[in-house]
Amino acid sequence: MNQQRRDALRLSTVLGLAVAAGLISPLEALAAEGWNSAAFDTKNLNDTVKALGGRSAAPSIHLLITAPEIAENGAVVPVSVTTSLPNVQQIAILVEKNPNALSANFTIPPGTEAYVSTRVKMAQTSNIYALAKVDGKWLVASKEIKVTLGGCGG
Amino acid sequence: MTDPMRVRAIEQAGITEVKVLMQHEMETGLRKDASGKLVPAHFIQQLSVLHNGREVLSAQLGPSISKNPFLGFKFSGGAKGDRVTVTWIDNLGGKRADDAVIT
Repeated sequence: MNQQRRDALRLSTVLGLAVAAGLISPLEALAAEGWNSAAFDTKNLNDTVKALGGRSAAPSIHLLITAPEIAENGAVVPVSVTTSLPNVQQIAILVEKNPNALSANFTIPPGTEAYVSTRVKMAQTSNIYALAKVDGKWLVASKEIKVTLGGCGG
Repeated sequence: MTDPMRVRAIEQAGITEVKVLMQHEMETGLRKDASGKLVPAHFIQQLSVLHNGREVLSAQLGPSISKNPFLGFKFSGGAKGDRVTVTWIDNLGGKRADDAVIT
């Protein structure tokens, strides 16, 4: 596990340097880094946190989710996550009752604000979780959204 | 196949707010078409935003992001006239890059 992590870190450092030196385009670096399919296959919050490299997530009142109480159309539910905490490294958005919980994981470099806004699909009324990696620790907040028309039907 | 993104970047008091509207089906792979066959998954997986060659946001997306994904975020250090470039890559290898000038 540790060795894997080290390799991953080394890989990302090398890729970062290569990008900085203009050797490869960011897109190629993205492709090389790969999509974290393990994390996107998870069905619940705890598994997602683990797949993202954390142990568990602690509830936090400093993570704010902005989303409607009632979403008329589950195919397009606007969700924003923000926090006033410093040193935010990642922000992830999860929908508890979707077939796969994780919707998106954002990497926030220094200089970028701890704020992301996007739109997700929701199969049914469910909790939305916001995860944030702050100083290496994962924090979580949740908000229930009632869906009157599911967004994953045929 | 890949239609242009709409990218808007507005600088105000040192903070640049970036809004991106991508054009993509974002098929989950769980939906069936009229004849009852599963529609194969087709969705944006990774995204990167550069400002003057420096990455200001990267993201991994899943199929549960809405069709024609919207993304908004803010970063500091941008100046009017600078260029912001958004690049994405989907699960079938499709890719697209578009840029905008900060105003």
